[in-house]
Amino acid sequence: MTASAHGSPSQPRVVYLDANATEPLRPQAREALLEAAELEGNPSSVHRAGRMARALLEQARDTVAQAFEVAPLNCIFTSGGTEANVLAMHGLGHGRRFLVGATEHDAVRKGAPAGADVAVLPVEASGQVKLDCLEQALAASDVPAFVCLMLANNETGVLHPVAEAAALCARYGAHLHVDAVQAAGRMVFSVPQSGVGSLAISGHKMGGPKGAGALLLAGPAPARLQPLFEGGGQEQGRRGGTQPLPAIAGLAAALSASLQSPRDLSGLRNTLEEAAQKAGAKVCGAQAPRLGNTSSLILPGRKAQTQLMRLDLAHICVSAGSACSSGKVAYSHVLQAMGFGEQAGEAIRVSLPWNVQEEDIHHFVQAYERMAQSATPALGL
Amino acid sequence: MRILVAMSGGVDSSVVAARLQAEGHEVVGATLQLYDARGAAKKGACCAGQDIRDARAVADRLGFPHYVIDAERRFQDSVIERFADAYAAGETPVPCVACNQGVKFTDLLGLAKEIGADAMATGHYVRRIEGPQGAELHRPVDSERDQSWFLFATTRDQLEYLRFPLGDMPDKAAVRAEAEKYGLLVAGKPDSQDLCFVSDGSYVDLVESMHPEMAGAGEIVDASGNVVGQHEGVMRFTVGQSKRLGNAARLNGERQMVVGVEPASRRVIIGPRAHSFVDTLRVRDVNWLVDAPPEGLSCRVQMRAREVPRPAHIIPTPKGALVQLTEPAMPAPGQACVFYDGTRILGGGFICRTESATAA
Repeated sequence: MTASAHGSPSQPRVVYLDANATEPLRPQAREALLEAAELEGNPSSVHRAGRMARALLEQARDTVAQAFEVAPLNCIFTSGGTEANVLAMHGLGHGRRFLVGATEHDAVRKGAPAGADVAVLPVEASGQVKLDCLEQALAASDVPAFVCLMLANNETGVLHPVAEAAALCARYGAHLHVDAVQAAGRMVFSVPQSGVGSLAISGHKMGGPKGAGALLLAGPAPARLQPLFEGGGQEQGRRGGTQPLPAIAGLAAALSASLQSPRDLSGLRNTLEEAAQKAGAKVCGAQAPRLGNTSSLILPGRKAQTQLMRLDLAHICVSAGSACSSGKVAYSHVLQAMGFGEQAGEAIRVSLPWNVQEEDIHHFVQAYERMAQSATPALGL
Repeated sequence: MRILVAMSGGVDSSVVAARLQAEGHEVVGATLQLYDARGAAKKGACCAGQDIRDARAVADRLGFPHYVIDAERRFQDSVIERFADAYAAGETPVPCVACNQGVKFTDLLGLAKEIGADAMATGHYVRRIEGPQGAELHRPVDSERDQSWFLFATTRDQLEYLRFPLGDMPDKAAVRAEAEKYGLLVAGKPDSQDLCFVSDGSYVDLVESMHPEMAGAGEIVDASGNVVGQHEGVMRFTVGQSKRLGNAARLNGERQMVVGVEPASRRVIIGPRAHSFVDTLRVRDVNWLVDAPPEGLSCRVQMRAREVPRPAHIIPTPKGALVQLTEPAMPAPGQACVFYDGTRILGGGFICRTESATAA
């Protein structure tokens, strides 16, 4: 973390454990971002300045495509993860029925075109999709399906059995789209080896700047897809609008950095979880394979909102379920789908950033224990 | 100390937050989201989307943490539904009392304690004075903005924990001037008025949508059940009112007024104004801010939001209190009857309907 984030001696140390909301900017991404911002050309221009910008854009495309083993022309840059997911659902899902995992992010849960036939795929108590239900749903109709499953869940870190799901989809002629926004950069993943049809990523969840994401397509290069908006025909006519080169260059640099020097955070995460469990917490999805940085902790009888406030006042940044634009804390649909009932409103998410330090875990545990030991609240909000 | 300030986004609670911070307290701001900001929230009323934004801007400018608290479900259950149900039962409710009593001084106050705050402050115009027997609740200095009647249900425990820094302000201009001094952009923001949760003052539509049986025209009858006129909806009538009675406003040369409302049959019952006043009424859910003597006490009572208090004698009963008025009056069921000794609130309760009066 930077010096300012740690604070001066007079300022209390701020502990940032909300990486799944956004990762701190990686130094390599910052460098690439500034370098790209210095270029004056538009990547679509034919002149010298345009060519320099285009070269940088295509370099970024090569990097990202290579990381997921797709052809460079099958990497479509977007404004972020939401747009990448929605572009896949609209651009590839036309005429298909949608099968959407119950624990998907709202970008996907609300991403299908208006009037589309959407069914929800239930999950096990562990948070993993019920493969038998997926197969039943695939077999239930001759209309080809468009299946949406996330690689790693944003709240629990739980990994879906994507390769198995992909095999089922292949058998029934269904397209499998994977939201890899949380997993990208945190684990190695190959589109052709896993058999998925498309994959969405986001720059700032990997330590890049906010404002860029990408949709990666299996299939022929360049694969066809209906754009959400045509504009000037950028991205092979699949995504109109001038590319935000600094954000894209930063995305590519962040992805490279995260894959070149991977950091296993599960040891620190386990230390944190053991302490939290001793204090009375329940860990959600612990029985399933998970991302190493993510922990979803229920503290029975304590509303998520109050937990967030208490930890924030102790200078610890974590989050809960999902926050709407007004900032109020909503119930977690993910934990509800996993069968936690009312306790879905009593969970916080702790997600360790790439630059987390042991001291951060220590600070969190101290504040969490104090919170768990304090008098239980009256009912109400 | 750490103080949670309930911030509506208006000038009053913003000044409270700014002043407490200037005094050196650790201020934590909280704004209740009571309904979806994209819904039909009323312009100029409390806690819509713009108000949350304003509250946040004040907190950001002054550099203290601010949180938006989701109270939509609680507000719907404890205020809006009770409001509609009271009308359906023939009463004229005071939803602001229910909101202060429940969402604000029970729920938000509980949250303040849970996050380790030593006190909770609001922008209400009312005074809290430390007395020999603990905190006392008084009318504010600025009688134009007196909110004490709406706060009678504040319990003694709640009062110990609460702070009302604006109770001593001489007038609204002084509050706005103080907001200017702190550089708050909300200094010139218009005051909120009336019910925050209905648009264009149409609480009639809201209640009728929740209780469709109340919608539509009905009969005006006298005490013997003779039909003496027609009306456009029972929601528009409160006990004691003489308006909107049309030709029935005067019968046999005597001025008439509403003496009862029967939502189920959509009937409005009237009686002669000169003979319908009562000198005794019962109140329920009484909150005492003093130790009530069993033999009762003499004081003044205020039975409407804006009226001059009148002398009365109050006798505590097992389920409420009996109020004996010196001069007869026409209390409206569902409204608050608040007991005052000078500026001080001694207690208060909700006015019972006559048929349920024996229950109190």
